[in-house]
Amino acid sequence: MAIISRGFAGRRSTADAKLPPGQYLTTDFPVLSAGPTPHIPLDRWEFTIDDGSNVLKRWNWKSFCELPTETITVDIHCVTRWSKLGTSWEGVSLDVLLADVKTDLTYAMFRSYGDYTTNLPLKDITNKQAWIAFKYDGADLEPEHGGPARLLVPHLYFWKSAKWVKGLTLMSHDKPGFWENLGYHIYGDPWLEQRYSDQ
Amino acid sequence: MNASMNYLDGNAAAGELSRIFAVDITSAEGQCANCGAKRRFAEAHLYSHCPGLVARCALCGHVLLRLVNVRQRVLLDLSGITHLTFETAWE
Repeated sequence: MAIISRGFAGRRSTADAKLPPGQYLTTDFPVLSAGPTPHIPLDRWEFTIDDGSNVLKRWNWKSFCELPTETITVDIHCVTRWSKLGTSWEGVSLDVLLADVKTDLTYAMFRSYGDYTTNLPLKDITNKQAWIAFKYDGADLEPEHGGPARLLVPHLYFWKSAKWVKGLTLMSHDKPGFWENLGYHIYGDPWLEQRYSDQ
Repeated sequence: MNASMNYLDGNAAAGELSRIFAVDITSAEGQCANCGAKRRFAEAHLYSHCPGLVARCALCGHVLLRLVNVRQRVLLDLSGITHLTFETAWE
């Protein structure tokens, strides 16, 4: 698997930390989940891209692992108010996965094993802003944290970084996902503190 | 595919639900909209380490109830339960 490194900026001290409004710093990695942790055998794992009617792209674990990867060091911000700085991941950029997909559709609904969903504008998952991550801190991603593979969209609240991701459906209009249709913000920018849908 | 158990039982939702309902919903019998199972709500699997409360059917895992507190509002989704049966003290 080819590896493209995006560099490592080093871990900042807590004194240097600039957090989004309403967030506190944690050094733990809290596990949040709206359901049981699925344990997905790699020989049954797949990731698909569809347009609501047809499957446009499909990878199994072997073909997914042949794609070029990047190492990513980013801060993450959970809507339950914890933030964790300098987290290190390895994953495949959505730019790679969407490279051959020609579409006029402008939104995506990510789907997970366990039936979780979350919605994102296509412009927020392209141009080096989102990855399908399968390693955390140099080790295989633990099932509790979304392994074998999870979405990583660090510029939005972490509920958007769907665990156990298995695909995305391209859409012409934005539709709310699992949390977005029960009071959480349709977009979820932590720096604008977009926690809830009434903002 | 299997799943690890990281849930509480539905009784753990009693406090949160008592702020909304005049009766104790955890003792009510509910029917799962997915598999049709009829169980006391207290037997549901409750996930609270997330941005809300999520109760799932103990048999099929389907979402029965979701509850989110948004400042002065409570949002409640009961679409996963087709109906609830309450025992009452009156006839």
